[in-house]
Amino acid sequence: MRRIRIFSAIAAATLVLTGCGTADQDSATPAPGGSGGALTPVKLQLQWFFQAQFAGYIAAVDQGFYKDQGLDVQLLEGGVDIVPQTVLAQGKADYAVAWVPKALASREQGAGITDVGQIFGRSGTYQVAWKDSGITKAADLKGKKVGNWGFGNEFELFAGMTKAGLDPGKDVTLVQQQFDMQALLKKEIDAAQAMSYNEYAQLLEAKNPATGKLYTADDFSIIDWKTEGSSMLQDAVWANTEKLSDPAYQQQTVKFLTATIQGWAFCRDNAEKCRDLVVAKGSKLGKSHQLWQMNETSKLIWPAPAGIGVVDEAAWKQTVDISMTTKNQTGDSVLTKAPEGMAYTNDYINQAITAAKAAGVDVNGTSFAPTEVTLTEGGA
Amino acid sequence: MKKLLYVLLGLAVVAALWEGYKLVGNPEGTVLFGVRVLPRADDLSMPHLWTVVERLGRPELTGGRPVWIVVVQACLFTLGITAAGFVIGAFVGLLLAVAMQRFRIVERGLLPYVILSQTVPLVALAPLVAGWNVLWPDWMTVSLIAAYLAFFPVAVGMLRGLQSPASAGVELMRSYAAGWWRTLVKLRFPASLPYLFPALRLAGAAAVVGAVVGEISTGTRGGIGRLIIEYSREATSDPAKVYTAMLGAALLGLVVAGLVSLLEFPLMRHRRHVEVVTL
Repeated sequence: MRRIRIFSAIAAATLVLTGCGTADQDSATPAPGGSGGALTPVKLQLQWFFQAQFAGYIAAVDQGFYKDQGLDVQLLEGGVDIVPQTVLAQGKADYAVAWVPKALASREQGAGITDVGQIFGRSGTYQVAWKDSGITKAADLKGKKVGNWGFGNEFELFAGMTKAGLDPGKDVTLVQQQFDMQALLKKEIDAAQAMSYNEYAQLLEAKNPATGKLYTADDFSIIDWKTEGSSMLQDAVWANTEKLSDPAYQQQTVKFLTATIQGWAFCRDNAEKCRDLVVAKGSKLGKSHQLWQMNETSKLIWPAPAGIGVVDEAAWKQTVDISMTTKNQTGDSVLTKAPEGMAYTNDYINQAITAAKAAGVDVNGTSFAPTEVTLTEGGA
Repeated sequence: MKKLLYVLLGLAVVAALWEGYKLVGNPEGTVLFGVRVLPRADDLSMPHLWTVVERLGRPELTGGRPVWIVVVQACLFTLGITAAGFVIGAFVGLLLAVAMQRFRIVERGLLPYVILSQTVPLVALAPLVAGWNVLWPDWMTVSLIAAYLAFFPVAVGMLRGLQSPASAGVELMRSYAAGWWRTLVKLRFPASLPYLFPALRLAGAAAVVGAVVGEISTGTRGGIGRLIIEYSREATSDPAKVYTAMLGAALLGLVVAGLVSLLEFPLMRHRRHVEVVTL
């Protein structure tokens, strides 16, 4: 009997540890409680846990911008297995935040969704290498070990390498990368995928064992896919295509976007306040990390020459082209054919911009100047 | 007392192995023919135990609560979910076992599906279940996932137990003109106890796994599963923090196993312990 007992204890412990490796998905945050009878409940599915990447929405809730529009917005946190555009297509959320290529792939598989607000006008994906490796552009990756996240997060990298004349299948060694930067720090890979607002900051929050101090930007070199010309559109607000034929949903969409614009403009002008809002939401990432993320996120949005959220034709075309032509290591492309139907529309965002402007909101952020954020160890 | 010593000894052995490997292991890991056969022993991959312990004592974030309090609270939250899942799972498993014992046809028809149910990957199931959570709070979803894993060993083990009395016993009950219910209560239930408890322990372990995975899956806040994911995002800059959450999860598994063992104490006191292998 004792043997069984000890065994089950070990089994429990091991199973628990094994369980940890398994990834997953998200869930709803508690509803803020029905406030005022007139408010329309709206659910927005985010891509991940609360972090400054979603600060604009969080601020719009906290500052009452949504409420002013008659909306009671509930933000649903994401997770590893949660696919926001699927949640939206299944009707479990009214809007979703998702990357354009991934959402287009879901569209091709039948998800009836439309990009109604391209909040991030720019891509935040980097490929980071050690400075002393001499890697500064895509062509330098030849013969190197290149980390990538896979799961559809890798296409900017593959398009960039292809554009630089490399065959990603032959000229580089591809390594599946974890969602942390340990592989680069341990020099298991020569270049690692990183988001400017998250993983790159994690590098700068780690201590260099050789010096006992934090790594600095001087230790690394960055390949930015924006300058390599292979960047794709990322965070956008997606709506349910079918419901968009309903005037009530159309109106609600405009209101939702108006308040969203206000939220992002608020965070542009009050980065520290928004950092505090995100931290108050129970994020386990530290204050300096969130401020860094806030600053970097704002850089991806502002300045917005045509107004925040307006889909830029050229950027859209580049995203779709890369989605159709670039193959990853398994020979798959994001899309097999050009998106059909209403993949995006600027109708609602333009109305929202007009409304926001009328309310005195700066929707272009021409004067936006990013700050220098100093990261602390562990981002605390 | 002796038991406690063994536990401490076991802990010491694990700690010695960990630190010993760090001492002799190659910090770069051992690679044979391009395959890493031994893990890296550097501080980023395997932080020193004292670093982990020390990390437990320091605040989670500047000005925040110490990590150990956060971890313990998360464990308690998950313990609640596990308990709910365990109770539901054990109850459902018990009902199924009784039904399968009572009606041969139910056993024939149901048992394959009971077994099949466990081959469905949890990660595929969890997002589905999460979609139903309109009627109940989030943590209940996770409990259901835990129950889904926990009912299986109970159903199978209990069925074996209920079928375990020798035919002489069953015939004796029949000669007393005892009906099905009486036979169940007076003969089959007592006879099944040695089968039930190992099954319950497996169910306890399964419920913990279900709760942790389900938590990550549905993104339920507050538990140890979510904490592991959150902390592992900081693996780059704060590797010891990840291990604090893992320690918590392991501890939770042990506590649940211990609690389930306590269950049998009052019931099995007067009973000879029988070595049984379920499944």
